[in-house]
Amino acid sequence: MLVARRRLETKKGCCGCERSRTSRIPMTKVTNTRWEHFAHEADMGVRGVGVTPAEAFEQAALALTAVVTDPSTVTPSELIEITCGAPDQELLLVDWLNALVYEMATRNMLFGRFEVGINGRRLHGKAWGERVDVARHRPAVEVKGATYTALSVSLDENHNWVAQCVVDV
Amino acid sequence: MDTSLLKREADFEWHIPQTGKMRVPGIIYASEELIRDMDNKVFEQVTNVAMLPGIQKASLAMPDAHWGYGFPIGGVAAFDPKLDGVVSAGGVGFDVSCGVRTLLTGLTAAEIEAVKEQLADSLFRAIPAGVGSTGKLHLNQEEMDSMLTGGAYWAVEQGYGLREDLERIEEHGQMKHAKPGEVSEQAKKRQRDEVGTLGSGNHYLEVQKVVEIFDTDVATAFGLREGDAVLSIHCGSRGLGHQIGTDFLRKMVIAAPSYGISLPDRELACAPINSELGRSYLGAMRAAINCALANREVITHLVRQVFADILPKANLTLIYDVSHNTCKVEEHAIDGEKKQLFVHRKGATRAFGPGHQDLPEALKAIGQPVLIGGTMGTASYILVGTSSGEARSFSSSCHGAGRRMSRHQATKQWKGRELIDYLATKGILIRSPSYRGVAEEAPGAYKDVTAVVDAADQAGLSRRVAKLAPMICVKG
Repeated sequence: MLVARRRLETKKGCCGCERSRTSRIPMTKVTNTRWEHFAHEADMGVRGVGVTPAEAFEQAALALTAVVTDPSTVTPSELIEITCGAPDQELLLVDWLNALVYEMATRNMLFGRFEVGINGRRLHGKAWGERVDVARHRPAVEVKGATYTALSVSLDENHNWVAQCVVDV
Repeated sequence: MDTSLLKREADFEWHIPQTGKMRVPGIIYASEELIRDMDNKVFEQVTNVAMLPGIQKASLAMPDAHWGYGFPIGGVAAFDPKLDGVVSAGGVGFDVSCGVRTLLTGLTAAEIEAVKEQLADSLFRAIPAGVGSTGKLHLNQEEMDSMLTGGAYWAVEQGYGLREDLERIEEHGQMKHAKPGEVSEQAKKRQRDEVGTLGSGNHYLEVQKVVEIFDTDVATAFGLREGDAVLSIHCGSRGLGHQIGTDFLRKMVIAAPSYGISLPDRELACAPINSELGRSYLGAMRAAINCALANREVITHLVRQVFADILPKANLTLIYDVSHNTCKVEEHAIDGEKKQLFVHRKGATRAFGPGHQDLPEALKAIGQPVLIGGTMGTASYILVGTSSGEARSFSSSCHGAGRRMSRHQATKQWKGRELIDYLATKGILIRSPSYRGVAEEAPGAYKDVTAVVDAADQAGLSRRVAKLAPMICVKG
């Protein structure tokens, strides 16, 4: 799996949603890799877009962190590793996000950088982060769990992978 | 919602005719204005719930219904185990037994006003709230299992809360047939340090003023007088309940085909009540109910300590404690036949009318207090269960204002700091670790709680007793 350093920029999307785009350094190819939130009446939708499902999963994880705090404020000082398996790719996305929710809750951590490798229906992920610092991170809300609502992992019209679901907060 | 999709049976009762795979019709209780303001997703979700095996009479939505997961929030559905009925983890939700309790303080609002800033600061310091907060209790395996079996009764045994609180809690403070052995180690690990914490999101602790009485006799029976100060706590089963929701939704999604259940929506994940998975979930879910009851009891203890320091003459006594996200076994009449049904309430309040056997003696002649949490800037209400609610809604009512705007939209429209300053000018003190969290919970992001409560009253689901206005709000 290609490992690249990333620069994170946050800006407003055309629909008013929070969006972030990452660009590879050095830049060899412009991608549409990004995360964004989408509206759910009670809670929040997280969406990751990437050139591979793994990249889309990484971006969805950034969107998950952004429900709680600005991911760029999280120092990636500690690494944790996650392995999960599921019967299909959509359930795998929910498992990946729920594994992160669990790690955030039990380690009292936030994560700001992710790497995902997907092999068939198994996922190996790395998440870098630090312990919650309430004064600095100003965490808005805790995520209770990733749901199966608005859940999909699919190719969009630009042939980018889109991984999304609603999370309960 | 497009009203042409519905058949209006009464001013506050709208039917979704039974069509296609629906096993029963849908019924939404609301005013025309609330119906028009509802997302079409509510229609879709009420319809989908009506397709589940063993559902009885109708798939229901309360006046505060909004788009949820599988079930609408504000959804009520009852299932007969003898007719292949199901239990649904999605129909209970992630925050199992999230609920509200309201306490009399024995003080007037004027007495609170004199020390309001000090009280707000002390409550904010004493009650762990927000992301990453931990409680003073740190449970080992044995203590965890005792808590999951004992609920509020366990908390009182440990010295948190008063014995007389217990009769004013649903299930008398202890949900029977809880099975801690069905709760995953991950769920228990998430809860280890979270007993006695408020959480975040829409959870809160409020000191409120009784500003209006609608039914003097019932208000008097509940101990409420205009001008009094009361205190309400809204929170649930914390990390344990969230993890149980996660664990069992996954199991039920995967297992549904093996039970021959075709899910119109994955989030409606369910299993037959009479199946190993169904029984396993019920055991774990009941343990989570006990977790929530223990949590609210421990927080009550912390609140009493704060009041003892600042306002020693205060006497905090529990009016009642209700849970919003549950599945409970109750007796209801279907076509004249009494049945034991598994009643799912997802963002809905149980509202037993007068004479119900499960009410404490002091409330038996009056009916169950129905506690409706509003927003930090508007109002909350206390209602009472009615006899007519049994036939209409399996004795259920609304649970809160209900969101009308996403968190995302809310943060675009309001800034937390400005909101806190504005509410301070109205005499409402907000204490929260997160400005964004406050913005996401802005009063304008919710439906008009008064319209919701009026609809519940007019529909005969429960009857208005008192209106409460916020004075202090501690947000997670």
